[in-house]
Amino acid sequence: MSKDKSVSSLPRASRRGFLTAAGGLAATAIAAPARAGAGNPANQPPNVPEWTRTLGEGVAVRPYGKPSKFEKDVVRRDVEWLTASRESSVSFTPLHELEGIITPNGLCFERHHGGVADVDPADHRLMIHGLVERPLLLSLDELKRFPRVNRIHFMECAANSGMEWRGAQLNGCQFTHGMIHCVQYTGVSLRTLLEEAGVKSSGKWLLVEGADSAAMDRSLPTEKALDDCIIAYKMNGEALYPEQGYPMRLVVPGWQGNLWVKWLRRIEVGDQPWHTREETSKYTDLLPNGKARRFTWSMDAKSVITSPSPQAPIKHGKGFTIVSGLAWSGNGKVKRVDVSLDGGRSWWPARLDGPVLDKALTRFYYEFDWNGESLLLQSRVQDETGYVQPSKAELRKVRGYNSIYHNNGIQTWHVQANGEVENVEVA
Amino acid sequence: MSRSPKLIIAAVALAALAGSVAFAGGPGEKTESQAEAKPAQRFNIGRAPSADEIRGWDIDVRPDGQGLPVGKGTVAQGEKLFMDNCASCHGEFGEGAGRWPVLAGGKGSLTSDNPVKTVGSYWPYASTLFDYVRHAMPFGSPQSLKVDEYYALVAYVLYLNDVITDQNFELSNSNLATIKMPNEGGFIMDDRATSEKAFWQKEPCMKNCIAPVKITGRATAVDVTPEDKDGKPRGVE
Repeated sequence: MSKDKSVSSLPRASRRGFLTAAGGLAATAIAAPARAGAGNPANQPPNVPEWTRTLGEGVAVRPYGKPSKFEKDVVRRDVEWLTASRESSVSFTPLHELEGIITPNGLCFERHHGGVADVDPADHRLMIHGLVERPLLLSLDELKRFPRVNRIHFMECAANSGMEWRGAQLNGCQFTHGMIHCVQYTGVSLRTLLEEAGVKSSGKWLLVEGADSAAMDRSLPTEKALDDCIIAYKMNGEALYPEQGYPMRLVVPGWQGNLWVKWLRRIEVGDQPWHTREETSKYTDLLPNGKARRFTWSMDAKSVITSPSPQAPIKHGKGFTIVSGLAWSGNGKVKRVDVSLDGGRSWWPARLDGPVLDKALTRFYYEFDWNGESLLLQSRVQDETGYVQPSKAELRKVRGYNSIYHNNGIQTWHVQANGEVENVEVA
Repeated sequence: MSRSPKLIIAAVALAALAGSVAFAGGPGEKTESQAEAKPAQRFNIGRAPSADEIRGWDIDVRPDGQGLPVGKGTVAQGEKLFMDNCASCHGEFGEGAGRWPVLAGGKGSLTSDNPVKTVGSYWPYASTLFDYVRHAMPFGSPQSLKVDEYYALVAYVLYLNDVITDQNFELSNSNLATIKMPNEGGFIMDDRATSEKAFWQKEPCMKNCIAPVKITGRATAVDVTPEDKDGKPRGVE
């Protein structure tokens, strides 16, 4: 097993080999190191490539830009057998292809209960009523007149990794961990709006409800609403995408995605929770004794190696190798991440790079000299509260196998000698 | 929200609430006193909704019956409506077609390897069923039925689950909140902060943490990962 080495003592990784391979080599070529000469030699040194010898497209050919045609496989994917209809289903973020901490808007995973509502912002209204001094009806334009806040937060479905409770099932990080995204939201602090409406002292709970075909409704404690919730109308600087709740959605930092009601149309203030379908029949965590935990809002600390992973095998053979991954916690900031190459027997500190923000994705790297032998790769996060991500065995000991939700156990990737990677469980 | 002592106290208050105890005081109090310390700024943006506007959208229902619209419907009326609007997905007896939700059965299954979570085996309140059906059903044409029809449908689904046993039973705004669901006591408040206390550690283990491991399960053996059109596992270039 390779020992941890400082980055500076190792040669810089060459990206060219990887990019060439990513240009469309067949799966059979995965094991072989990408050689200079793969692809079209006419476009490689010493020849001058065709894109140098001709003029490119002018400006505004695509008024709204999109990724290179060579990135066509970087897309959301779904698992057809999971759900009965595509309108009430999920698509997954291609985590294995992404870097940094911000998810591009078009790649943020989707979860709808009644399809994507096609909302005309001119007709959309947000109603605030119930136990308030001054009920409010706001248009989008009016919402935008309130003071704005900008916050970067992850949003994770409580069922992320839910298909893995009983064992390794889906062979790809996109499918095992892709019900998460992280963007910068712009919007209005919910506290600002609740103060404008004047919540009565008995108003301990909010009902938040969407304008989609499911009219999704959930109960939210007023304390959380006043703490850090946002009604967002922008993501990563532009208007929310329709599938993310255009023209406005609720942002509930660190808490399960189901609460982040999209196409938000109504907030009713009350003195008790409503016990709606999404917080009783769903999003309750069944324990081995037949009792179920309810109101398990916060998302426990969790991490995953995004590359290498089953959809992102090692193509360069042995040598300097980058392990890249994501860590997050619904209870604060990531404090540290460790990586194991031997299935959790020994651990090495990973390097956090880029911003380490409250309730946001955090990027980590572990760089080492791979000797070409098989590995059992794992990552383990500790957040600022001291919580250490448990192994799947530790988690199952408390929660059993029927929980569906809140699977934050440590993921194992088996890297084979040929560089292929598979989702496995170890013991 | 962090698991600070203050919030653990809040969780205890919420637990009392979840036991359907009348609610006085609780999690919001500290926050409110903070709010009172600094008077909130008013912006005078927007307008008050009219009573009519609120009535059109305010369709939520609570376990204590708050929010129930005036109306009624019988099991027998519900059966016909169910066959016309629901059975194609949920099955004539709520058994579920394909992967569509199973609505009935599953009693005693919650501790088994295959828990079947239905209205009768799992849902804690009848109000939840009314609230959900009135919000989101029939799938594809929600909020299209009359209030009386929603009462009838809910009555029929409760009948499928033996919660109501009389075919002539008429469900209404005056009796829905009195219906007790079998699994009402089957829920506990989030107790992770105490039941999983061992997950908080000072220093994570770094060396010789466990005995050497072996692979015990493989996703490739289960073989349910979707493939791209070229036959390769999805996303592998």
